[in-house]
Amino acid sequence: MTRLRTGGVRAAIGAVLALALTGALAGCSSTGGKRAEDARKAAAAQGRAAVDTPRWSFAMVTHSGDGDTFWDIVQNGAEQAAAKDNINFLYAHSDEAQQQAQLIDSYVAKGVDGLIVTLAKPDAMKAAVAKAVKAGIPVITVNSGAEQSKAYGALTHIGQDETVAGQAVGEELTKRGRKKALCVLHEQGNVGHEQRCAGTKETFGGELVNLYVDGTNMPDVKASIEAKLQSDKDVDAVVTLGAPFADAAVQAAKSAGSKAEIDTFDLNAKVAAALADGTLGFAVDQQPYLQGYEAVDLLWLYRYNADVLGGGKPVLTGPQIITKDQAGALKQYAERGTR
Amino acid sequence: MSATAPPSAPGDGIDHVDERLLRTTPLKKLLARPELGSVVGAIAVFAFFSVAADGFLRPSSLGTVLYAASTLGIMAVPVALLMIGGEFDLSAGVLVTSSALVSSMFSYQMTANVWVGVGVSLLVTLAVGAFNGFMLTRTRLPSFIITLGTFLMLTGLNLGVTKLITGTVSTKSIADMEGFPSAHSVFASTLTVGSVELKVTILWWLALVAVATWILLRTRFGNWIFAVGGGADAARAVGVPVHRTKIGLYMGVAFCAWIAGQHLLFSFDVVQSGEGVGNELIYIIAAVIGGCLITGGYGSAIGSAVGALIFGMTSKGIVYAEWNPDWFKFFLGAMLLLATLLNAWIRRRVEATK
Repeated sequence: MTRLRTGGVRAAIGAVLALALTGALAGCSSTGGKRAEDARKAAAAQGRAAVDTPRWSFAMVTHSGDGDTFWDIVQNGAEQAAAKDNINFLYAHSDEAQQQAQLIDSYVAKGVDGLIVTLAKPDAMKAAVAKAVKAGIPVITVNSGAEQSKAYGALTHIGQDETVAGQAVGEELTKRGRKKALCVLHEQGNVGHEQRCAGTKETFGGELVNLYVDGTNMPDVKASIEAKLQSDKDVDAVVTLGAPFADAAVQAAKSAGSKAEIDTFDLNAKVAAALADGTLGFAVDQQPYLQGYEAVDLLWLYRYNADVLGGGKPVLTGPQIITKDQAGALKQYAERGTR
Repeated sequence: MSATAPPSAPGDGIDHVDERLLRTTPLKKLLARPELGSVVGAIAVFAFFSVAADGFLRPSSLGTVLYAASTLGIMAVPVALLMIGGEFDLSAGVLVTSSALVSSMFSYQMTANVWVGVGVSLLVTLAVGAFNGFMLTRTRLPSFIITLGTFLMLTGLNLGVTKLITGTVSTKSIADMEGFPSAHSVFASTLTVGSVELKVTILWWLALVAVATWILLRTRFGNWIFAVGGGADAARAVGVPVHRTKIGLYMGVAFCAWIAGQHLLFSFDVVQSGEGVGNELIYIIAAVIGGCLITGGYGSAIGSAVGALIFGMTSKGIVYAEWNPDWFKFFLGAMLLLATLLNAWIRRRVEATK
């Protein structure tokens, strides 16, 4: 009896497998998927060294957490420049200041030829960056820390001034005739986020309210925005500080029956598509690809030709306001992970 | 129960025979040490990265590895003791951040000498530890639940109170205040030995391991820790003060969280309010890799130090080997399983030969 039953189970498993296989073969999708992605990749830049300088090692240490889309784009830019410049590119990250400082120490001990650091927690990075400068390693700061970059001895800073970006959003909201906006902060403890909302408040003609949500929990983000929109019918604009949260805000507005326009900082494929079809009002982009690409390229220029860009001032990669008009062109770039 | 019990006296009087009391050959004694599996693992990891990672064996690299191990190891020691006592503390990670925040904000707001803030922080941190222990012994709820509550409350307090007092998400710099230089040299200075820069945390760590080992193996309180972890009811029946022991263990975790927190503050002079979440599990991992049983009653302080060392070598070794850091957590998980299996296997072999 038992033997019969196990035989039955085996036959069933075999049948399921066979079905799955035929289904997989017969049920090919003619749109999207891996094949479309490969075609897009073929259209992207080919990674071959364009120079014959020695193979230097450049290391990048960021304050990113695990699996962050924004930093993925920065890394893509850096890797592309590294391929062109014949650079051995190393990347490490930690969202704990102490860990990040230790990672910088590790690369200094390793003796890399160039260092790219984010100064989201400037005071914590001070000693580690000083050690690198003392060891004669050229340092470029990216994304955050424009004020401290020069004092710490970095060659230059590449990024966006968060306050300026916020001001650009405030102006755009005023131009669109908004009266009451919601600024959704998804990471408590992030200075840059606070600056964005403060900058928006400065230039926005209407009223701005801050809403704190837990960014690591998407359903919670949606529920919080929904609750706020239900309880406050005057809100006619929601500004999210990261691309993944724009979609949650759109869904929240839909279920709350709110007519509020959703706008966002940063870009991804979904945001570009939503901009193109009018679901989102506008996005303000800081071009993360450029931050990674330029950092590696400028280090190469410094090593090769002692060139420094920016004349002692930060090199700005944003803010760039993107509306429906530009979104179509950017969509394909966002899909391949470079915008 | 005399206070000056000789080291080989049965401290708890429980029926089960403690492995420390067996008359055995020196080799068997060595095999019976809880940390043996982790030492083998540490040697293997060290050998592996020495070969695979260029620059891993440089003195400056080893200094960085030891520093990484010490910042974790300082907390792994009391967490190991607590686990031997049969309890968890999930609030240990954020308590480090809380401790640093209290020192910094108290000194700054009161414009006091930073040592005042450091003292206040010690009291506050110990109070949190006492609260954990008191709630545990009073409510009889599992420590997992109690400290999970504390963990969430502290996380919220860190963010909320910091924002309320400073108006931002990180504290203001206290580097220009009185007492900062001396506090910096105690908690965060760098000693140069030859060409190697060693952080003072490494000394703190070694001192804590030595003290904890002495407590565990040479004092009455150490016997109590093993007893309450082995079986709280049996321990109580023979007169071990179970409640006091457990509260003491939680205060021990708090004390070390204070040391780690002061290091965090004085090495960077600014503290981010949102940090420390998730570290509590890393402390537990270090203790378990070092041979502590998750069910209590077995383990060692030296093992926790070896566990922390393995962690430090892996996290920095991956950098020196130029691997993608995305894989770090995978390795950590694999190592945790391997180390625990090795520990269990060795323990079975030892028990079979008894």
